[in-house]
Amino acid sequence: MTLESVIFSVLAASAVGSALLVVTRRNPVMSALYLIVNFFCLAGLYLTLHAQFIAIIQILVYAGAIMVLFVFVIMLLNLGDERKLSDGVSWKKIVAAGFCAALLMEFVYILIYSEPSPAVMSASMATEIGTVEYIGSQLFTKFLFPFEITSLILTAAIVGAIVLAKRKLD
Amino acid sequence: MSLNIADFVSSSPLMAVTATALLLILVEASRKGRPGLSFTLSMAGLFAASVFAVVNYSDEQIVFFGMLRQGWYANFLNLVFLSAAMLTVLVSKPYLERQGAHRGEYYILILFATIGMMFMAGANDLIVVFLGIELMSLCLYVLAGFFRTKDTSNESALKYFLLGAFATGFLLYGITLIYGTAGTTNLEAISKNLPTLSSQWMFMVGVGLLLTAFAFKVAAVPFHMWAPDVYEGAPTTVTAFMSTGAKAAAFATFVLLFHQVFQFTGSKVNDLIAYIAAASMVLGNVIAIAQANIKRMLAYSSIAHAGYMLSGIAAGNSEGQTGILFYLVAYTLMNVGAFGIVGLMEKVDDQNLQLDDYTGLSQQRPFLAALMAIFMFSLAGVPPFAGFFGKYYVFLSAVKADMTWLAVVGVMTSLVSAYYYLRIVVLMYFRDGKGDVAAQPAIPALVAVTSSAILLLQFGIFPSFIVNAVQKLF
Repeated sequence: MTLESVIFSVLAASAVGSALLVVTRRNPVMSALYLIVNFFCLAGLYLTLHAQFIAIIQILVYAGAIMVLFVFVIMLLNLGDERKLSDGVSWKKIVAAGFCAALLMEFVYILIYSEPSPAVMSASMATEIGTVEYIGSQLFTKFLFPFEITSLILTAAIVGAIVLAKRKLD
Repeated sequence: MSLNIADFVSSSPLMAVTATALLLILVEASRKGRPGLSFTLSMAGLFAASVFAVVNYSDEQIVFFGMLRQGWYANFLNLVFLSAAMLTVLVSKPYLERQGAHRGEYYILILFATIGMMFMAGANDLIVVFLGIELMSLCLYVLAGFFRTKDTSNESALKYFLLGAFATGFLLYGITLIYGTAGTTNLEAISKNLPTLSSQWMFMVGVGLLLTAFAFKVAAVPFHMWAPDVYEGAPTTVTAFMSTGAKAAAFATFVLLFHQVFQFTGSKVNDLIAYIAAASMVLGNVIAIAQANIKRMLAYSSIAHAGYMLSGIAAGNSEGQTGILFYLVAYTLMNVGAFGIVGLMEKVDDQNLQLDDYTGLSQQRPFLAALMAIFMFSLAGVPPFAGFFGKYYVFLSAVKADMTWLAVVGVMTSLVSAYYYLRIVVLMYFRDGKGDVAAQPAIPALVAVTSSAILLLQFGIFPSFIVNAVQKLF
C-alpha cells in the first residue's frame, strides 16, 4: 500500500463517518461541527487529486464562510427541544427508505459491474490543471463567457433579494 | 484565442436584452417610483432584440470560445422567448397597477429571466446550459413571490425555490458524471464521441439525471407536483410567463440535448421519454377536469401539453423537432392569451378566479369572451387554430417513429381535454350570469391578447410559414 492510498483511505473513511454523524446527531450545533470535519476531509481528498486551488477554496468558502452562516442561523432560530423534530415511523418514510435503498443498490451495481472509464487525462496534466495560474488563465480566456454570465446571475440575485426583503418599498 | 466583433454581432439579441436590463437598473436607481418608464424601455429593448434575432436568422456559428452556438435554431427560439416576454410585459402593466404592485423591478427580473432562456437555447456547453437555467429560475422564484404580502404568493415562491433547487442538484450531478466520462462539457465534443460514451454506464446515469432535471423543469409526470400550487399562487401574469417562456426554454434545451447531441433514437432512453409523455398526457388531462379554479385547471393543462411535446422528443426524428418547435410557438401564444384574459378578469384578493365567474361573459364583454373562446379552441386542438397543427406534427412524428401507441394516447387524451376547455366556452355563451371584469381600462393587455389571437389564427391557416422557418437549414 502506497502512502497515497493510505492517506486516501483515512480521509475517505473519516469523510463518510462524519457525514453519517451529521445526519444522526440530534443537536444541530453538533451536526454543523461534524459538517466542518467533513469539509476538511473533502479538501484533503482534493489535495490527493492535485487540485490545490479547489482544496483551498473548499476550506475558505465552505468550512469558513458558509459554516459561519449555518451556525448563525442555528443560533437565531433558537431551536428548543430537538426531540420534537423527529416524529414516529410512517408508511411514507418506509416507502422513501425503500426507494433510497433501491437507488443505492443501483449505484453500487453500476460501480462494481461497469467497465472503468478510460483515463481522460494524464497525471501530469492533472497536476497542471489544479494550479491557480492555470485556473486563472482558463477563466479569462476559454471560460470568460460563463464567468460573465455568473456576474449577471449575481446582479439578478441582488435585485431579487431587494424585491423580496426590503423593509419599505417606494 | 481572442474575441472578435463578429462574436458580439452574431449574439446581438442577447447583448440587446442584457444592455436593456442593466440600463433599467440604473434608471430605477435614479428615477424612483416611475415604473411607466421601465415598461416603455423594456418593451423597446425586447423589440430591438427581436429585430436583431430576425436579422441574424442564418447559418449556425460557434462563438465565444465554443461556449455559444448562434444561428437559426437559437434565434427561432429567441423570437419565441422575446414574444412571450413582450406579451407578458404588456399584460402585466394594467394587472400590476390594479393589484397595487406596479414596480420597476418587475420588468428587470422579466428581462433577466429572458436572458437566461436565451442562454439555454444558444448553449454549446453544459456549463452555459446550467448557468442559463439558474439565471432564469432565480428570477422566476422572485417573480412568483412578487406579491409580498400575500400568503399564496409566498408559498408559491418557496415551493418553487425548494423543489427547483432540488432539480438543480440532479442537473449538476448529471453534468458531473458526463464530464467525468467525456472529459469535456462541450456539446459538440460529446456528440462526436457519443458511440464510445454511450456504452459506458456512468455516462448513461448522467444522461438519466439530466432527463430528471429537465422533466422537472417542463413539469412532466412524475415530476409535476410543484406546477399546480406554484401556478396558482404566483401573480397571474408571472404564471403566464412561467408556463410559456420558461417551458419553451426548457424544451429548447431538451431538444438541443436529446435530439441534436445525444442521438438515442429507437433506444431505451426514448422509450422512457415516451412513457413520461404518455403519463403526463393522461394525468394532466384527467385531473384538469376536476378543477374549479381556472389557474389550477390551466396548470394541469400545461402538464398535459408538456406530454404532447415530449412525444416529439421521444420520436427522435426531424419531424419531431419541427413539431415541437411549431408547438412551442402555438403554445406560447395560446397560453399567454388565456392567462392574459384570466389576469384581466381577476380582481383584488384573488376574486373572480373560479370557472363559475366566467358564466355569461359573452353578454357583458363579448370581445373578451370571443378571444377566450379562440384560446380554448386552440388549446383543445380544434382545426383552424395553430394548436391543431402543433398536435398534428407531433403525433405524426410519433407515428413515423413506430410509436403509434403514443399518438393514440395523445389523440384520446386530447378528446378528454376538449371537455374542460369547451366547458368554459359553454359557460361564457350558453349560460346567464354575472360574468363581469375588473372595471379599469387595460389597453396594453387588450393589445397583447388580441395580437396573440390573430397570430394563432394566422399560423393555423398558414402553418407553412413556421414550418419553412424551422426546416430552412435542415
